Amino acid sequence: MADMISQAEMREKYLRKGMLPTIFCNGCGHGSSLDYTFRAIEELGLDLDDIVFASGIGCSSRIPGYINADGLHTTHGRSLAFATGVKAANPDLNVVVFSGDGDATGIGGNHFIHAARRNIDMTVIILNNFIYGMTGGQVAPTSPKGTIATTAPYGNLEGAFDISELAKSLGAAYVARWPVFYPQQPIKSIKDAISTRGFSLVELMSPCPTAYGRRNKLGNIKNLWDWYENNSVLAEEYDKIMNYGTDEEKAATINKIKIGVFQHTEKVGFFEAYEEQIKNLMANDDKKWGGV
Amino acid sequence: MRYELDPVRVRKILGNKKQFIMGDMAIAYGGLLAGVGFFGGYPITPASEVAEGMARMLPRAGGTFIQMEDEIASMAAIIGAAWSGTKTMTATSGPGFSLMMENYGYAIMTETPCVIANVQRTGPSTGQPTQGAQGDMLQTRWGSHGDMMAIALCPSTVQECLDMTIESFNLSEKYRHPVVLLADGEVGHLREKVVIPDVDEMELFERIEATVDKDKFIPYSESQTNPGSKVPDFPTFGSGYRSYVTGLTHNDMGFPATDKQPDHERLINRLVSKITDDREKLTDVEEIELEDAEVVFVTYGASARPAESAVRMARAKGIKAGMLRLKLVWPFPEKAIYDLSKKVNKIIVPEMSLGQMVHPIREFAAKDCEVIVAPKVGGVMHLPVELLEYLEEGA
Repeated sequence: MADMISQAEMREKYLRKGMLPTIFCNGCGHGSSLDYTFRAIEELGLDLDDIVFASGIGCSSRIPGYINADGLHTTHGRSLAFATGVKAANPDLNVVVFSGDGDATGIGGNHFIHAARRNIDMTVIILNNFIYGMTGGQVAPTSPKGTIATTAPYGNLEGAFDISELAKSLGAAYVARWPVFYPQQPIKSIKDAISTRGFSLVELMSPCPTAYGRRNKLGNIKNLWDWYENNSVLAEEYDKIMNYGTDEEKAATINKIKIGVFQHTEKVGFFEAYEEQIKNLMANDDKKWGGV
Repeated sequence: MRYELDPVRVRKILGNKKQFIMGDMAIAYGGLLAGVGFFGGYPITPASEVAEGMARMLPRAGGTFIQMEDEIASMAAIIGAAWSGTKTMTATSGPGFSLMMENYGYAIMTETPCVIANVQRTGPSTGQPTQGAQGDMLQTRWGSHGDMMAIALCPSTVQECLDMTIESFNLSEKYRHPVVLLADGEVGHLREKVVIPDVDEMELFERIEATVDKDKFIPYSESQTNPGSKVPDFPTFGSGYRSYVTGLTHNDMGFPATDKQPDHERLINRLVSKITDDREKLTDVEEIELEDAEVVFVTYGASARPAESAVRMARAKGIKAGMLRLKLVWPFPEKAIYDLSKKVNKIIVPEMSLGQMVHPIREFAAKDCEVIVAPKVGGVMHLPVELLEYLEEGA
């Protein structure tokens, strides 16, 4: 039924108009991510009254402000811990967290790994622009080696986090990564992530022309999008080349960013298990006491 | 909703009406009696027993306990849970409280009701983990950045650990503000008799939820159902108010107004004055032998116990000694201190630190009243005889 709603109706239904205009720059991928989220929710037929959007600090963390739903704009890196509480006190709510790469894996890295490890029933959408955008282009834990940033003026020497690999290794129920310039795959992944029990991650590679592109000679928006296109490869394609490709093909592929769905499992989420434990404990007590 | 705790079930879980338990456990009891639906915590001496008690009892009552990854996350989680509509709590001690400062400020800014039980020790840094002290009296008031007010209570007995935890929840819900129960390691690990109040022996203040039409709701201004109150009605997540909660300076509608001076000024003044307007109503002190006293202790928490003994010993020697015990330390009882200082010659403040509360006491005492600290550091309590010497010198 998704095609039944026009862009104008979509804006009317989903945007919190008092917060507009957005803070996003020209060429930023965050607006597309917001649009994909709306489309996923529309296609799932969810009611915005039943969804809480949480976030930390950074450009991506402003997104809950633009959605006409309950929004919890928290402190830097802590959104997943806040969201854990939101879900704990009312497991009927759908909890969707927007975070950036610095927010989720820099200052918030500890909360990220523990939310994934606990398999907290929530959907996390990380908009990865490989840089601290809001504060003006400082190096991030996701910045590729060699990245020029205001705090890595001579080139970044550190290794980069692979956010999706990290989540997968922690047993997250759903993990997918896509560049924002393919609309259909991110929409489907957000739908699947929300529908999956347990901890779901959708990592969207979202270009930052202002803070990343400009300094890394990718200033022109098209150049930046081309860089994403040329430096990413479907996971299945990557595996095929690594197994059966020529040496030249392997050399050309090994440093590319894998995209696709990396994990999609059904496992009992933390709060489902908790509900079960409570039910059993109460039943035991009732038996012992002959009812309350 | 799972978080509605059944008070009958809670009392069955707690057991006998009269018990001999430690202060930390009494804090957990108080939380359950107040109807806490979510507890997020992280182990730390000497507060861990609060979390252990909650882990055992809270799920049996229908609530949720999670051991979070650190104190930053504990504080974050209880704030998130509060927005989903339940009463929430954490417990910690000095180093953990330092980590909580970030989201303590967030709770103040977003007017989130929650309770932090701080079973104090000292520092700097890791300090003396297993020794009680009173190291966070001022951090509670000044520890997070920016302008703010604090609400904090100080139990001196195990019974007060229980009663004041309930009171902390009531104040927190009433003012939509994080409330700190400033216990100390001595009271936290002390075992005494407690009496568990029946349902009709205690009062609970329940959060005032938003009920106005959704298109007329103003989330960050005076109450729309309780005229004259500076505490806005609470739009619980999932109730359809679609509210936006942010730690940024926000206008009445909750939208960021970070570069708007009038918005910031109005917001901050309301956040502080919603509490300080009631300063005298909130003041809660115990007066001992004050009628004709000339030299007095102003004290709180565990220190009040040897101080009271010292007052009795001094009286037996004919010294006109007395004591004012602060049960609520923040907002600071300015008038009670000023009035006392007009009647006595000297105020001595026994503290398990080099001196913290002595500073606001000195600030609000009349200029001709001498105010000194009786410090005791190293993780041991004052002896009554040591405090008696202060009274003898002051007489």
